[in-house]
Amino acid sequence: MNFFSVLRKELTEQWRTKRFLIVAAVLAAFGLTSPLLAKFTPELLKSIPDMPAGLAEMIPAPTVADAVGQYVKNMSQFGILLAVLMSMGAVAQEKERGTAAMMLAHPVSRLDFLMAKFAALAVAFAVSLAVAALGCWYYTLLLFEPLAWGPFLALNGLMLLVFLVYIAVTLLCSTLARTQGAAAGLAFAGLVLVAGVGSLPRVGEYFPGRLFEWGMVLALGGGDPAWPAFWVSLGMIAAALAAAWLVFRRQEV
Amino acid sequence: MIQIENLHKHYGSIRALDGLDMTVEAGTIFGFLGPNGAGKTTTLRILSGLARGTAGRAAVAGLDASADRRALSRRIGCLPEEPAFYPWMTPREFLDYLARLHGLSSADRSRQTRELLDLVSLAEAGKRRIGGFSRGMRQRLGLAAALVHKPEVLLLDEPVSALDPIGRKEMLTLIEDLRGQCTVLMSSHILADVERVCSVVGIIARGRMVIQSPREELMERYARPVFEAEAADAASASRWADRLRVQPWAAAVKLENAVVRVTVNDIARARREILPSAVAQEVILRRFEEARPSLEDVFLQLVGKEAAQ
Repeated sequence: MNFFSVLRKELTEQWRTKRFLIVAAVLAAFGLTSPLLAKFTPELLKSIPDMPAGLAEMIPAPTVADAVGQYVKNMSQFGILLAVLMSMGAVAQEKERGTAAMMLAHPVSRLDFLMAKFAALAVAFAVSLAVAALGCWYYTLLLFEPLAWGPFLALNGLMLLVFLVYIAVTLLCSTLARTQGAAAGLAFAGLVLVAGVGSLPRVGEYFPGRLFEWGMVLALGGGDPAWPAFWVSLGMIAAALAAAWLVFRRQEV
Repeated sequence: MIQIENLHKHYGSIRALDGLDMTVEAGTIFGFLGPNGAGKTTTLRILSGLARGTAGRAAVAGLDASADRRALSRRIGCLPEEPAFYPWMTPREFLDYLARLHGLSSADRSRQTRELLDLVSLAEAGKRRIGGFSRGMRQRLGLAAALVHKPEVLLLDEPVSALDPIGRKEMLTLIEDLRGQCTVLMSSHILADVERVCSVVGIIARGRMVIQSPREELMERYARPVFEAEAADAASASRWADRLRVQPWAAAVKLENAVVRVTVNDIARARREILPSAVAQEVILRRFEEARPSLEDVFLQLVGKEAAQ
């Protein structure tokens, strides 16, 4: 079992190639700026010189819900995009460059090879999201009011789960493709498919996107759990990784 | 040590291997020769477990190459034609990583890495990023990577193709030094290299083994005497070559600029008639010799015959 040796190499690679820093910097930037945007956007609007009389008074005062809403909105767009971008070359690039063949001629099982990539990406996104969450929580505290730690952690946990769904699906696309270009095409098609089906009424209840809404309500002290979407997301991760392994173990590299 | 029986590999309608049979005895340095597209790389990829045959059997050290991939990887070392590495790693880190995968202890990893970098003359570049390495340095690091776990069988795909003459000489010496330590299967299309280091030669063409034999036996059996002469001018050399082509004792006549190379069937008659023939054509010779037949002559003869069939 060489999983941990390969994982160690994957984590070192993320660090040395600055991929980890990119993920952390992008997510942290959105974590920090979300409460700021929520706080100052109304004031910026009010400061427009030719605003019609009375309109400024109609803009509601920002609340903690706006800060959390902005944070969730940013993460649901840029976080997912980053998850796809960071994962799409993971396997295809190694196949294209020949490093996969070089490594698989040594005692590395194809399962370890794939799982280490998934685990390393999961670690990078978990740590980066933790930094982003800390920034968001602190600025929300400064500009609005303190957020309850437990529900806010639950929100971030649910967001991480959504990211992992996209990472697993993209890893499957990367395994299916022979080249990085093809992997990118497949990954974006996968992104559109998962997001598109998830936006359909009723069906969307069971898709990962629903977890963002649940997390936001949860962070603000509400209920409305979405357990079906939670279990489907876990199932999607397992299914995508299993499919990737089944394809990869038969593939000639 | 390596046993291939009736191995087929098809890519759609293309038959990369078409019933290949091959046996490599333990401890030999086996030269695997063939023209481009003959199936050398495909064979090596199947033997290393990276590809599967369509039919037939390939076994290394008693292990089925397609079934026991992990066990196989502990017994073999592979050097692909263009070895690929993680550009952000240093050679020291890369070899340490591979040694870790093979379960070597920390002390053994450290010693093995140091020794291998010395062996392939990369000790001074041990802390440089591989991304900046030349193709020759990559090839040498590839050999070190293949040797990291002291394999019983070493599969080398065109190991010297990317190297300059000095690098080639060094690499061939390294391979030669492995004689007796492990079984080496080395594919190449550079016949002089195979001739220099390999004790047994197998010639493959169109996915089939044309012949497999100890090198000396092959030369004795197939190498026909060769005369080589250099004329003073290309025109007279060409005229003479045309004349030689119709002689019953000349099996093949090759003309390159003013150099005529004649492979002969009947050495006694050729010795008697070849020089008078030059005189008759008024060819002024700068050089004339009865050359030692090379593996290239044998290769061209056998592969040419195969292609003609």
